[in-house]
Amino acid sequence: MVRITRKIEFSAAHLYRNPKWSEEENRRVFGKCSNPHGHGHNYVLEVTIAGAPDPVTGMVLDLKELKEILQREVVDRMDHRFLNYEVPELAGQNPTCENVAQLIWKLLDPKITHGRLDRVRLYESPELFVDCTAEGAA
Amino acid sequence: MNLILNRRYSFAASHRLHAAQLSDEENRRIYGKCNNPYGHGHNYVVEIGVTGPVDPETGMITNLMDLDSYVKREVLDAFDHTYLNEQIPEFAATVPTTENLCREIFRRLEKFPSARLERVRVEETGLNSFEYARDPAGGHSR
Repeated sequence: MVRITRKIEFSAAHLYRNPKWSEEENRRVFGKCSNPHGHGHNYVLEVTIAGAPDPVTGMVLDLKELKEILQREVVDRMDHRFLNYEVPELAGQNPTCENVAQLIWKLLDPKITHGRLDRVRLYESPELFVDCTAEGAA
Repeated sequence: MNLILNRRYSFAASHRLHAAQLSDEENRRIYGKCNNPYGHGHNYVVEIGVTGPVDPETGMITNLMDLDSYVKREVLDAFDHTYLNEQIPEFAATVPTTENLCREIFRRLEKFPSARLERVRVEETGLNSFEYARDPAGGHSR
């Protein structure tokens, strides 16, 4: 088995708040992230596909195809957007790194037809990132 | 799917690689420059990974403010700008290699109450890194 990884970047705004809580409670739990005007990040996404290289092409998955999937499913949906208001799949939840990474996994998983989705690593900043891997994987 | 939240921190410290059980000559042969009796230093980067359910009220595995303050208290404040061999009691009789540093940081953080510590990775320099992870069966060996 071989793993291939493609990296893309997108920039987006978000904020954290729980509408059931008071302003004070939101500030206490979410700190600066609760600023009602929002704030933004340069997200870096690394997507890893695992599989056996095709005996003829030598490829697990044509990187051009992967690039198009990432453009369509992630960049077109999230780049230069306010995640809370412009990504319907995130409605009703905080667009934390955990939730955005899980959404990206759910969007990509059914689209990978050659090889299988092995890992989604989403960096919100160089100091904070989330790894999504398949259930049962090490 | 499995989810790991990873966070990176840094501290600066000095150390000396020297095993008391070995002769001076053996120490020089094994550890080379790292055996210099005055010690030397690094900018260490500590990368930790935690798991747990995502709280539906917050969207988080753990509140980063809680994680950051715990790591600061248990590791960064204790290690930053110190000489590991002489100022960290656990390294009084244990060589402070970055392998051992990974295990010590894991030990100091494994009781973090709001999420489960899965792994500690330490970059000694931009070129060397070491990782200590909980074994998949649930325990971890020291």
